[in-house]
Amino acid sequence: MKELEYPFDSEYILKRSKQIKRRLLENGTEFLHKKIAVLGGSTTHDIVRVLELFLLNQGIQPEFYESEYAQYWQDVMFDNPLLSRFQPDLIYIHTSNRNIAEYPAPGMDEERIEAMLAEQYEHFAVMWDKIADKYRCPVIQNNFEYPFYRIMGNREAVLPQGRISFLNRLNEKFYRYAREHDDFYINDIHYMSAAYGLDKWADPFYWHMYKYAVCMQAIPDLAYNLSNIMKAIFGKNKKALVLDLDNTLWGGIVGDDGVENLEIGQETSMGQVYAEFQSYIKAQKDIGVMLNINSKNEYDNAVAGLNHPDGILRPEDFILIKANWEPKSRNIAAIAEELNILPESLVFVDDNPAEQDIVGVQMPGVAVPRIGTPEQYIRVLDHAGFFEVTNLSEDDRKRSEMYKANMERQRQQRSFGDYREYLRSLEMRGTIRPFEPIYMARIAQLTNKSNQFNLTTKRYTQSDIEAFAANEAYITRYGKLEDKFGDNGVVSVVIGRKDDAEKALHLELWLMSCRVLKRDMEYAMMDSVVAACRGCGIGTIFGYYYPTAKNAMVKDFYGTMGFAKIKQAEDGGTLWRFDIPDDYENKNTVIAVHA
Amino acid sequence: MSREEVFVKLNEVFRDVFDDESITVTDATTADDIEDWDSLEHINLLAAVEQEFGMKFNMGQVVSMKNVGEMADIIIGCLG
Repeated sequence: MKELEYPFDSEYILKRSKQIKRRLLENGTEFLHKKIAVLGGSTTHDIVRVLELFLLNQGIQPEFYESEYAQYWQDVMFDNPLLSRFQPDLIYIHTSNRNIAEYPAPGMDEERIEAMLAEQYEHFAVMWDKIADKYRCPVIQNNFEYPFYRIMGNREAVLPQGRISFLNRLNEKFYRYAREHDDFYINDIHYMSAAYGLDKWADPFYWHMYKYAVCMQAIPDLAYNLSNIMKAIFGKNKKALVLDLDNTLWGGIVGDDGVENLEIGQETSMGQVYAEFQSYIKAQKDIGVMLNINSKNEYDNAVAGLNHPDGILRPEDFILIKANWEPKSRNIAAIAEELNILPESLVFVDDNPAEQDIVGVQMPGVAVPRIGTPEQYIRVLDHAGFFEVTNLSEDDRKRSEMYKANMERQRQQRSFGDYREYLRSLEMRGTIRPFEPIYMARIAQLTNKSNQFNLTTKRYTQSDIEAFAANEAYITRYGKLEDKFGDNGVVSVVIGRKDDAEKALHLELWLMSCRVLKRDMEYAMMDSVVAACRGCGIGTIFGYYYPTAKNAMVKDFYGTMGFAKIKQAEDGGTLWRFDIPDDYENKNTVIAVHA
Repeated sequence: MSREEVFVKLNEVFRDVFDDESITVTDATTADDIEDWDSLEHINLLAAVEQEFGMKFNMGQVVSMKNVGEMADIIIGCLG
């Protein structure tokens, strides 16, 4: 909904929240349901109210638990039964510098300050440890914003007796905890309040009147930032940028003005703005964002523009370059298809409001930010938080290379007459093993991101995944696939629950990344699951298919794997049965598998 | 701005905030008269009123305000 996309009108959202919510619930979205506990150190009522809107707009329908006023610590430490029973999928701790029990003061000796720092930190750390132990769910914790006054003026930041210095050091301890613990995330209100303006953010009126640690008008910014972290945790980040060229990545029109007359580089103010924007875009590759071009241009002109000597981006930075005279919406559909991702994973960046509108209408789901004028492009894209980083895996950093290798494979596929011959030519090597510690983060990420090749679409946190791995009642398998063009990383996950009485295995999860479709990896996974069953005397495997709006491609997956359909539910869900024959022959013949 | 005009605008704000087109506020209207108007919604209501009239209530005013009539008086005073 446009009203909830950055840059948004906060006053409007605050005033019309009830009506906005009604419209969000009516628009037919298929929501992901999540239970979110908001534990506050100050009032949280309006934060929850606005957060709900942004989450709904991200496709997540939250059910909230809200602690009583300022009971964040007590709720956790004394096991509030309401919170225990709520069984949150995520806990958000909304604290602020108003929750610091004790501050240093001018003249205080440093030993005492050290002790105070340790004590304030421990107050939080014991609570986080308790949550990790008891709830095993992701935690989002605010860091601290600066106080709105400074007793010693500028020395507050310099001397350990200053509050600014104290909060900086406390924040650093929070960050260290976040680096050392999985599933623990910082909501950076220190940055948010600076970007918003601290004097307004920390307006004492709202604290003394209503015990709000943040002013009313800043709540949408706070809630939006939070919703971005939450959507990233729940696997709803965007994956790729689709960029226009003329007046988006450089000033001028390459086809009319010629490459030599484009505004890019250090010669003019406008050229500098575009160069900085190109640097910003190029850096997105490092966090796993895939870059693509969608421009109304002759292809040769587009590439010539991207080879401008003062430009930062180069043609090889892009996975797909669509420079032609097709409607941009058609190019976007083609990009989604060729990258094997959903249109809703794309962000389209174009300076032209008319193009923005057409794509917005033709391709619902594609994010189309109103990027404003060139000097605003970076701020709008950045604050929009499309690609919020939660866990930066090795896969994220290498994603562009992997997709480029995929393009290379597709080109080669065309030169082979026989598909199996092509598969053999890829020299594929697979690793299929029970879940292992180094891949837990990636496995959890896959369960949250995979929509299409996903039989049951069950979403798990890293803690859940670790629990499956440790539980002897489950058979777990991850699959990793390499070939001569590169390493695809972990691409497939299977979780099966053993039923000892029936000597059967129930497949609770089977998913595969679409980047390895039609590579026979699913057969290799099947072989491995069958081998595991045989190893523990299991003779029957049950497969479940739960339909969603996105997983129709695997409707008959178990059929093609040799299962027999034994039940069909009204909602389209199906149950399948496979009796392992004594003479089961491995189905995969093209991947060399290491167990 | 006349008192009547202030009330017309106030009425719109109330309807927006409480998402209820049947609301009509008068001088004597208080939180007891509108179902969703609790202390928490009050904050949001004041923020919306401030935005509509381009003014800000100070703490003393918020604390002492008893009904919509007094709210209108403060608004008219601020607008001069």
